[in-house]
Amino acid sequence: MKPASALRTTLVFVAIGLVCLLFADIEITTINPWQELGRLGLGLIAPDFRALDYVAEALLRTVAFAFVGVALGAAGGFLLALAFDWYLVRAGCAFIRAIHELFWALIFLQFFGLHPLTGVLAIAIPFAGVFAKVYAEILDEADKSAEKALAGGTALLSRFVYARIPDAWVHLVSYTAYRLECGLRSSAILGFVGMPTLGFYLQSSFMQGQYGEVGALLIVFYVLIATLRLWVRPLLLPLYLIAAPFLLGSGLPIIWSNVSRFFTQDIIPSPLRHGDGWLAAWDWLLNILTHQALPGIWSTLVLTQIALVVTGALTLAAYPLVSRHFTGRLGGTFGHVLLVIARSTPEYLLAYILLQLWGPSMLPAIVALSIHNGGIIGHLIGRHSNALTLRADAPHGLNRYAYEVTPRVYGNFLAFLLYRWEIIMRETAILGILGIATLGFYVDAAMEDIRFDVAMVLILITALLNIGVDALARLIRRRLHLRTSPVEVAQ
Amino acid sequence: MTALTLDQVSAGYGGELVLGPLSLTVARGDKVALVGRSGVGKSTLLSLMYEHWPDGTAMIPQELGLVQSLSVFHNVYMGRLSQHPSWYNLVTLVRPFRRDVSTVQALLAELSIEDKLWERAGELSGGQRQRTAIARSLYQRGRLVLADEPASALDGPQSEVVMAALTTQFETAVIAMHDVELALRYTDRVIGIQDGQIALDAPSRELQAADLRFLY
Repeated sequence: MKPASALRTTLVFVAIGLVCLLFADIEITTINPWQELGRLGLGLIAPDFRALDYVAEALLRTVAFAFVGVALGAAGGFLLALAFDWYLVRAGCAFIRAIHELFWALIFLQFFGLHPLTGVLAIAIPFAGVFAKVYAEILDEADKSAEKALAGGTALLSRFVYARIPDAWVHLVSYTAYRLECGLRSSAILGFVGMPTLGFYLQSSFMQGQYGEVGALLIVFYVLIATLRLWVRPLLLPLYLIAAPFLLGSGLPIIWSNVSRFFTQDIIPSPLRHGDGWLAAWDWLLNILTHQALPGIWSTLVLTQIALVVTGALTLAAYPLVSRHFTGRLGGTFGHVLLVIARSTPEYLLAYILLQLWGPSMLPAIVALSIHNGGIIGHLIGRHSNALTLRADAPHGLNRYAYEVTPRVYGNFLAFLLYRWEIIMRETAILGILGIATLGFYVDAAMEDIRFDVAMVLILITALLNIGVDALARLIRRRLHLRTSPVEVAQ
Repeated sequence: MTALTLDQVSAGYGGELVLGPLSLTVARGDKVALVGRSGVGKSTLLSLMYEHWPDGTAMIPQELGLVQSLSVFHNVYMGRLSQHPSWYNLVTLVRPFRRDVSTVQALLAELSIEDKLWERAGELSGGQRQRTAIARSLYQRGRLVLADEPASALDGPQSEVVMAALTTQFETAVIAMHDVELALRYTDRVIGIQDGQIALDAPSRELQAADLRFLY
């Protein structure tokens, strides 16, 4: 990578971000935002554990949904990975992972209702798409020399389990473990659309102004994620997987007539359903595009680009906190705790909280997206910098930051940031459900009006937008000769 | 199997010809040493041979082709994957059959690494890894062995054992090596490669080490 081209890319992104800032609506509309923030802080300092069974149930359901969803996703993804050479499988996986878990949940809610299946599938389907891609890459990058030395005529299955799987196994396991953490976050936010997980409890505590309970829920969630490696052990895993399906709660029964009505009527474009012909359908589509899709796409793009630049700035500011070239043991520990909290907080949850405190605008979304993603990339870059060896007489402080370390990790920084571009956009779209006018806002509104045909068109457009950004990010990565493997992101 | 014949074969790398075109016949029972400077195309010639005669051929590539995270037993057992049904191989992966373990153990004893049976291949020293790959080919059996520098990481006595095993337990052997003395002692035919061509092809008993010096 040439320094000049990396710098140029950065400047272009910053310039775009600044232009977007002109169009963004950023303000604090609540009358007394700091008082609310203070009360929440107080709740975190003095959490209320009196309603312990309430907190315990929120946690149990969150873990159960995560386990069942991720397990199904991993199994499905593994099978798909085996057929990943096939173009249709690749395209299909790109499509299902371009649709956010919450969108999947909104779709399934319309016909499965509040049945646990809704939450499980909402996690399993997009996760299967991601697993398929990453598993295929891992298996593809595995050393092939052992396979070449096998005697001719060795059966495919034996070939695969002896010569391919064993050396890829560590990577498969570590990536799956990382995705379990993501699954816990997804499971938590599914509560915001009615699943019995953390988000549901958090929302109701918030609405009642029970900040002590909010604090207790958040603290327990952080502890759960921070101690993941301690309680998810290979020997206990089968036990969890057997128990999890029974701990999902009963929800409400599925009404099968709703399922068939959804597919045969609800999602058929209304002009066609009413027999108005293709011309009317075209008008209907144009109407959606001009009045909902285009404004939605516009604010999604504006918000994404601003959040991307702020994430980058935050990352560059945060990585020294966890880099041994800048911090001692005590400072390093503090930095780690800070970044663990930042990256364990789902963007959606953080945006929800900030929205309660500051009122509706793009600001809570920008802050939430940047804190979460900055925490993730900051952690990765910090770890990268720890692998560097500086000469003994290297400068200290700001000079070390600007001359020695940052230039060396800048390529990785750009690679990780571009890798998360699509993820930030996926989240931006979904934050619309909270009332920011991104694509999710229009999807949610259409769902509430029981116009599922419109909602499906908008979700489709969102998916295509994500696929497009992903392709663009890949193109830029290739242009700049940046390479990151997803496995690296996972560790 | 009659004689193995390569007719006007060649191989290139990145559009550049590195080997051939050359023709070569290996008769049944031949024990051939391939000698020449490193990078001259010996490994390429061995791969070409494997492509032409894949059936019943055991291959020891220079990079050995071991699975780092599997035990020595499993790596050796992999030589016979094609001779067992898939279910048998799957069971063996989890819990090997006693019969197979004792066969493999006996083979490892010949190469003096029987104490490493359950160690993971990734944790072995270079010489132990090399002997594991040789044990795999011996376990596989077959009519022909193609070995690329099989004794490069072994000391004197061990390399004698390995050369003896490869040349007696396979009917036909083609072994790339650069220890000329060893080559002359254990093979009956020497093929010297230079500039991508066969520069020498003669019976070992008619050659002295000095006759091969021009190749290096």
